Amino acid sequence: MGDPAASVSPAGTAAPLLAVDRLEGWYGESHVLHGMAFDVREGEVVTLLGRNGAGKTTTLKAIVGMLEKRRGSVVFEGVETIGLPSRKIARRGLGYVPEERGVFASLNVYENLMLPPVVRPGGMSLEAIYQLFPNLKERSTSQGTKLSGGEQQMLAIARILRTGAKLILLDEPTEGLAPVIVQQIGETIRRLKADGYTIVLVEQNFRFAQTVADRHVVIELGRVVDEIPNEALEANLEKLHAYLGV
Amino acid sequence: MTTLFGFPTQALFGQLLLGLINGSFYALLSLGLAIIFGLLNIINFAHGALYMAGAFVAWILLNHLGLGYWWSLLLAPVAVALFGVLIERTLLSRLYKLDHLYGLLLTFGLALIIQGMFRLQFGVSGLPYAVPAELAGGTRLPFMYLPTYRGWVVVASLAVCLTTWLLIEKTKLGAYLRAATENPALVQTFGVNVPLLLTVTYAFGVGLAALAGVLAAPIYTVSPMMGADIIIVVFAVVVIGGMGSIMGSIVTGFGLGLVEGLTKVFYPQGSTTVIFVIMAIVLLTKPAGLFGRSS
Repeated sequence: MGDPAASVSPAGTAAPLLAVDRLEGWYGESHVLHGMAFDVREGEVVTLLGRNGAGKTTTLKAIVGMLEKRRGSVVFEGVETIGLPSRKIARRGLGYVPEERGVFASLNVYENLMLPPVVRPGGMSLEAIYQLFPNLKERSTSQGTKLSGGEQQMLAIARILRTGAKLILLDEPTEGLAPVIVQQIGETIRRLKADGYTIVLVEQNFRFAQTVADRHVVIELGRVVDEIPNEALEANLEKLHAYLGV
Repeated sequence: MTTLFGFPTQALFGQLLLGLINGSFYALLSLGLAIIFGLLNIINFAHGALYMAGAFVAWILLNHLGLGYWWSLLLAPVAVALFGVLIERTLLSRLYKLDHLYGLLLTFGLALIIQGMFRLQFGVSGLPYAVPAELAGGTRLPFMYLPTYRGWVVVASLAVCLTTWLLIEKTKLGAYLRAATENPALVQTFGVNVPLLLTVTYAFGVGLAALAGVLAAPIYTVSPMMGADIIIVVFAVVVIGGMGSIMGSIVTGFGLGLVEGLTKVFYPQGSTTVIFVIMAIVLLTKPAGLFGRSS
């Protein structure tokens, strides 16, 4: 295994930070992913768009190693991770924020925040996190699940920022949240992008995705059917409506 | 003779102390069961057998290696915990994706095998284990006579239970344990070695059982059946406290020991059944247990 830093080439000519290819995935007996393939370059924000059940969440789960049965190739920083258990994938610098947020009820806010081990140097300090999400400081001794939905989402993102993960997988961070909170999450994502984070975002709401993403990967029935750069989104609205059925 | 509620105080406090001592063992054993069930989803029926094994390790260390009580207090839990590592790695780890029932059957079978082996080797009559010299004797209190060793058992058990509680509720390791109890797959995606955490937890839980066994050796005779006798009551304690609740198992353990002691004073015929009556009432009114989370 080579030095991970060596495989990161300068921007522009860069090998992708994450390369997904021929990815197949199963939930028990049901075959959900049918040869997913897409790349994510360093510093990019890429959204996975698609209807309910298209396989967006499953794709993230397959990348982080939560899916029991998966096949194909997921190369992160030049290293094949398809055969690794999820804890080893995480240790390579990949952070995952699940759709259900995964805030622990038996831990207080501070414990939730400090739970994920630091996997790489360069993660956000606690002070920086509290600056970004002041509510988390105020409520640090509350039970994690006593927070509002928006605060829980902040907490789920914040705890990954501490770990030094370079690539963050965000599963529907805006789901079920009030518009003002959605805006705040949008600002957070843009801020993280400016700080050099690479983000893969699963979204149903392409209007929100449009405000944060560089590129959109459209998924249908477990396959990538289209890729649309953010600049071309307006021009492709009709096509996108057809894909998403909105 | 002084009396309280028409009963001689000497008898009353004597029975309360006995209840507290039984409670000490209930608490230590149900605590280990609760931790193991919480994280591993295994109802560890081998718990009583491993408690008995702890007592026998103490007896063997004394009679074959000349190592006394204090060494046993350290070495027996370690030895049984290592055996626990072996059980978890080779057997239990294959069952996590299956129904509770498989873990229960497997550990029940293990309990029978372990008990059978000790029976073959040591017979059923029981072996004596002397109270260590430092803890011999007792103190005459105004209302009762307190044997030093029994006082020590209560204090030691309380200290171990509270330390365990602090470890789980207040440390980083404990936070991993609590989080993994809720959602092991997610904790794993943070880079935490959950399989190792499961092994350590099982080893720790059965280590507690072995520690209880060493503490019990000078009070009860060391016999292959000592675990089978106590474990049924301990399971009732766990059901009453709430499967998987840490503080619940400690409080219920001591509390039910006292209730049992008091019943011996006021209604001796009921003393062996009172815990099961309470269990039935709790199951009918609060099925998740007194301290259980209902989800």
